[in-house]
Amino acid sequence: MSKEKSWKEASLAGVCWKSSATYLTGDWKTFRPELDAAKCTKCLMCTIFCPDGAIHWKAEKGSIEFDMSFCKGCGICANECPAKAIVMKM
Amino acid sequence: MKSVMKQEIQGLNGDEAVALAVKQCDVDVVAAYPITPQTIIVEKLSEYVANGEVETEYVCTESEHSAMAACLAASATGARVFTASASAGLALMHEMLFVTSGCRTPVVMAVANRALSAPLNIHGDHSDAMAERDSGWIQIYCENAQEVYDSMIQAFRIGEHLDVQLPLIVGLDGFTLSHTLENVETLPDDSVKRFVGTRQFPVVLTHEGKTVPYKLDPESPMTMGPVALPNYYFEFKRQQEEAMRNALAVIPQVHDEYAEMSGRRYGDGLIDEYALEDAEVAIVCLGSTAGTVKTVVDELRAEGVKAGLLRIRTYRPFPAEAIVKALGKVKAAAVMERSMSFGGRGGAVFHEVRHALYDAAVRPFVVNYIHGLGGRDTNPRQIRSVYGDLQKIIRAKRVDSLVQYVGLRE
Repeated sequence: MSKEKSWKEASLAGVCWKSSATYLTGDWKTFRPELDAAKCTKCLMCTIFCPDGAIHWKAEKGSIEFDMSFCKGCGICANECPAKAIVMKM
Repeated sequence: MKSVMKQEIQGLNGDEAVALAVKQCDVDVVAAYPITPQTIIVEKLSEYVANGEVETEYVCTESEHSAMAACLAASATGARVFTASASAGLALMHEMLFVTSGCRTPVVMAVANRALSAPLNIHGDHSDAMAERDSGWIQIYCENAQEVYDSMIQAFRIGEHLDVQLPLIVGLDGFTLSHTLENVETLPDDSVKRFVGTRQFPVVLTHEGKTVPYKLDPESPMTMGPVALPNYYFEFKRQQEEAMRNALAVIPQVHDEYAEMSGRRYGDGLIDEYALEDAEVAIVCLGSTAGTVKTVVDELRAEGVKAGLLRIRTYRPFPAEAIVKALGKVKAAAVMERSMSFGGRGGAVFHEVRHALYDAAVRPFVVNYIHGLGGRDTNPRQIRSVYGDLQKIIRAKRVDSLVQYVGLRE
């Protein structure tokens, strides 16, 4: 995050002066997902269920990848994974 | 002051005066839910809409909470917006009042001040608006239907001023003003339209890097009313406080400009003094009570009693400096108010007037009289007795009873 603005510098009534893409909500997490590549069937259900769109299919790696800048650690991916290939860790 | 413009005298009650002012102010959207004693306002406005006399969009809502939500949303798109409420209706808006002021959307609302339940009571007092004191709305209380009409026209200019950008309540005492017919001098439509002008917008920077007017527009999207976490929420509240402080300067400016056009003044727009210059005893009050107090002041003056009146017209922002100056030479003052702060050792207005005087070099005795709850009449004899109490306090040089009740059966 950039330096926080004073009340005089901040926008009127909190109009967003930056895209939400620059607000790294990944800072919020307590648990982080870990992929067991051996179990993953590449069904990509996790990419659909992730409420933050923080799981991406990386074709060049032939694997999914978690974007830790936006993953809030909610664990929905681990819960929904049919192959139990995602584990949440502290 | 000499009137500078030919005006038409119409027989209007306070509610009708509000509706006429709204009609003349080129209001784009009215979203409201009727409640006594405000009902005539929205009835009249819906007639204007039905008759095609205005281009206003009238939104019928299922509750006052929804009415204020609709007003906020309409104002966010850049519309000039009006609504009206009272009592339980205003209380139901409570949550949305904070959102409207927090979003800095200058909605104007007439509140026909009425008591809150229970017991159920439809009559006048200030409990409803006083309960919204800290909601971030400017509050102006009127003395008569003429002032209601005049204040409504000023309201849009004040709220929409670039240094202010705040919603505003114009208070008119339930029934005493809302339903009582008076002669009201009204301005020509085109003069009012010219005076209020078109809505002004501050400029903001959006997340796309565009500098645009602060209103919702699909061509340059922005997020209004976002989440603000502990690292920013406080800063936006401080901005609202600054806007209130700015309003202290803007209200007299708009009031003066209006006075030039209409020939009518209400003090400086913040406070209205009556025979206060050399007064020893003074009553401080809000709203229509001031009319009765003036009659008593005239009687007492004829008898040689140096009595005066200070009417607080603008209650939020609170004109503390003006009040201290006005009461500077007074020896004893009684704050008369039409609402309770249960367990608060007097009412809210009393607290603030007394607080404002704390740092004054010479302080008058200040006592509190709660009166007129639930529409109970306050008559000249009672007001005379309050002035009598103040004279006794000066003679005794002490206050025996800080908070008293006028017209209550003991």
